[in-house]
Amino acid sequence: MSLELATRALERAVAAGAHSGDAVLVEDESTEVRVRDNAIDHVTQARERCLGLRLFVATEGGLRQAITSTSDLAGDAVDRLAQDTVALARATAADPNAGLPDSGFALDFPELELFDPADADIDVDRHVGDARAAEAAARAVDPRIVNSEGSSSDSQLTRVAYANTAGFAGDYQRAGHSLVSSPIAAENGEMQTDYWFAVARRRSELESPESVGRRAAERALAQLGGKRIATCEVPVIFDPPTARGILGNLAACVSGYAVYRQSSFLAEKLGERIASDAVTIIDDGRLPGGLGSKPFDGEGLPTGRKTVVENGILRSFLLDHYSARKLGLASTGNASRSAGSAPGVAPTNLWIEPGAQSLDELVQTMGRGLLVTKLFGHGFNPVTGDFSRGAAGVWIENGEAVHPVEEITVAGNLADMLADIDAVGNDLLWMGSVAAPSLRVSRMTVAGE
Amino acid sequence: MTQPDNNRAAALFQERFGIDERALDAALGTTLERQVDHADLFFEYTTQDSVALEEGIVKSGDRHLTQGVGVRAQSGERQGYAHADDIDLESVQLAATTARAIADAGGGETAVSTRGGPAVPSHDLYPIALAPTDVPIEEKVALLDAIDRYARALDPHVSQVMASVVSQNRHLMIAASDGTWVSDVQPLIRLNVSVIVESGGRRENGYQGMGGRMELSGVLTADGWHPLVDEAVRLALVNLEAVPCPAGTMDVVLGPGWPGVLLHEAVGHGLEGDFNRKKTSVFSDRIGERVAAPGVTVVDDGTIPGRRGSLNVDDEGTKTQRTVLIEDGILRGYMQDRLNARLMGQAPTGNGRRESYAHLPMPRMTNTFMLAGQDDPEEILHSVRNGLYAVSFGGGQVDITNGKFVFQCTEAYRIEDGQVTAPVRGATLIGNGPDVLTRVSRIGNDLEMDWGVGTCGKDGQGVPVGVGQPTLRIDQITVGGTEG
Repeated sequence: MSLELATRALERAVAAGAHSGDAVLVEDESTEVRVRDNAIDHVTQARERCLGLRLFVATEGGLRQAITSTSDLAGDAVDRLAQDTVALARATAADPNAGLPDSGFALDFPELELFDPADADIDVDRHVGDARAAEAAARAVDPRIVNSEGSSSDSQLTRVAYANTAGFAGDYQRAGHSLVSSPIAAENGEMQTDYWFAVARRRSELESPESVGRRAAERALAQLGGKRIATCEVPVIFDPPTARGILGNLAACVSGYAVYRQSSFLAEKLGERIASDAVTIIDDGRLPGGLGSKPFDGEGLPTGRKTVVENGILRSFLLDHYSARKLGLASTGNASRSAGSAPGVAPTNLWIEPGAQSLDELVQTMGRGLLVTKLFGHGFNPVTGDFSRGAAGVWIENGEAVHPVEEITVAGNLADMLADIDAVGNDLLWMGSVAAPSLRVSRMTVAGE
Repeated sequence: MTQPDNNRAAALFQERFGIDERALDAALGTTLERQVDHADLFFEYTTQDSVALEEGIVKSGDRHLTQGVGVRAQSGERQGYAHADDIDLESVQLAATTARAIADAGGGETAVSTRGGPAVPSHDLYPIALAPTDVPIEEKVALLDAIDRYARALDPHVSQVMASVVSQNRHLMIAASDGTWVSDVQPLIRLNVSVIVESGGRRENGYQGMGGRMELSGVLTADGWHPLVDEAVRLALVNLEAVPCPAGTMDVVLGPGWPGVLLHEAVGHGLEGDFNRKKTSVFSDRIGERVAAPGVTVVDDGTIPGRRGSLNVDDEGTKTQRTVLIEDGILRGYMQDRLNARLMGQAPTGNGRRESYAHLPMPRMTNTFMLAGQDDPEEILHSVRNGLYAVSFGGGQVDITNGKFVFQCTEAYRIEDGQVTAPVRGATLIGNGPDVLTRVSRIGNDLEMDWGVGTCGKDGQGVPVGVGQPTLRIDQITVGGTEG
């Protein structure tokens, strides 16, 4: 049904004068429940369907492109969309690199365990029960957990259908389930909040509500009594939730678009050392149950496994067809495509390979320094690599936690930070499609008093 | 001001989708079959187009249509919400049934008042003759081509120019169980220019955007867009000279305009009604208390004509207003949507906003700014012996519960012996919201609003906002940099 609609849209587009193009139809059903203390805060249910079209018209000098989307699929709306898209494309400039891939489309559709039929029965009451359990578990940890921003439980089922005029058509389903808890700890007039969340393709693989609530409460409690520290240069450890943020910054710098636009500090570094040899980074779109897994990318090309950084050497950028052509390389199957936006590049499942030591061992062998458990603000410049973000965490002396730290920044340049990673933890943690273990950077500037 | 055809939105939903008074009454009646405190329907039909230029050519044009309906039922603190992207009688009824099912324990409104047709908002802050989405795409392409040529001619170090123009036209209609029935058409434009400059192997970028709820004609002329490109190129060239930023605690002077994002982060979010009802904000229960230095007056004003954060009515149909949040340093009020106003026994302030029909409304800011003081901006700079002059920011973030905020400078300079000296790179400011406003020691006489570029994120929803302030001196704030 969905594939038929996508295919029909393309037929209309060709009839309206398109040279080539592709169509994606995304259908979503979702339920979300939030509970505060024992009371329901809100329940939201939705179903949505959106068609995205990318069409090319042929002119001298290359193809011209336009991208449109609509959730109005009634009557002749799709026909009109196809005509409008062709007209829009005629107004843009010819681009010699524009166009679809002409071959190499995905042939096999491996079972990626992206949904569990048993989860079809999850109803609102189940979500309410799970959110209440997370909330109760958070409050039970300590009497200083006095309030909360609530705990949420949600499920989403998505169907993606993709077709192009080069002859590829395919579809798949994926589910997402998540639990979040955000308790507030208070003592002596001070309030601190933190959160913990779990996300999985199958409900049965989701961390339990009790565990999510407990870990969220423990993180909020750990920040009570936080102090500022004097400005200093020390070793810094990032725990897995904050380390994955740094990997996300790095991912933006290896995107083919940032590279050909020369807006990445890694643009000319392919094949060169960009990190210490403790760092190996993999992108794999076919990890069973992976939150970034899919059988084919946003252009119908097969997803796969590639080593982005191997023992510190930059081995691959992340590329779609267009950015690959611009760079004279081949697509890495990293085209991302939602119905409502232009194609781009995104990691699939991207992670830093874990090392041998636990987080505790990294702390014990650090001596004096900072363990970062919270990063905020957006202080990263991909063009220069300059990194400067707000942080909170724990001050470490002689390898032991001394007191919580707050209202500080950690700053450096990502190029130096990557080179200065002297240890990688064994605690790789999946909280999304980008994941990292704990990372220790031998030297960063911490700004405080 | 004229009262143009704002009922265009109501007419669109009736003619295109058959949503008339009977349909609204039927859907509201369904939600009200069980006792609820409040129920509302939100219809949206938004068209958006954008064209983007890079490497000297407009490589793509985009056009997107977002349409849908959201139905909400409230009882006590509970809200049930269902939304769908088909706007038809069947979807609306189904959503109404879903919404009321999870909010069925209230009491209060049980009948729909007489409506008498859709109302037009009682002020019209963005009267336009031609919707920006109706301007031919060729004119937008020509604008971007002109921007590219102009930027490259400005300075030989310019190596990349990226520019885009985004046009939006949002039709919305709200009908509620208290008899509210109002519609609005909200135009929004935005022009973005980003350049990369190269010199001696070093590469830096500069960005500037501008926009608001206005016709596109204002930016299609050279007088309209030249200042934007000049600013982006100037910023990039300044950053080419920038040295590493010092780290530590120092006196900081904030420039006028966009640095008002500090107010937005440091105090604005903490004054939103939901956080205060739940007592999760550092400002909870502090009305009437001193929260800022004398002379500091902060307002949220959704009624400034043409501005990005302005609205005729909020997304719950409440007329927007000017709300004094802090007056001469004393906390005066919170920003409210209907739910939190009702639960706190206060009046709604026209701050109930949502990203789209697919989102529940929340208390959100509109245009938030500090009023001007008496001091000469030059003199404020000279008053600081050694510190930082922060002129522009990339963005910020706040933790409502402990008040910690952070934001990133995109243009900043050292102040040495009362003189502005070298530009610095990678500077971040961090502080504590309730604390920082008590450290405001000088307030300039030069209030400016930003260029019309702010998007505020909260709970996963982005809405357009405005910020502003005069030049400010803040004593002893932590600057994150790399030079110890």
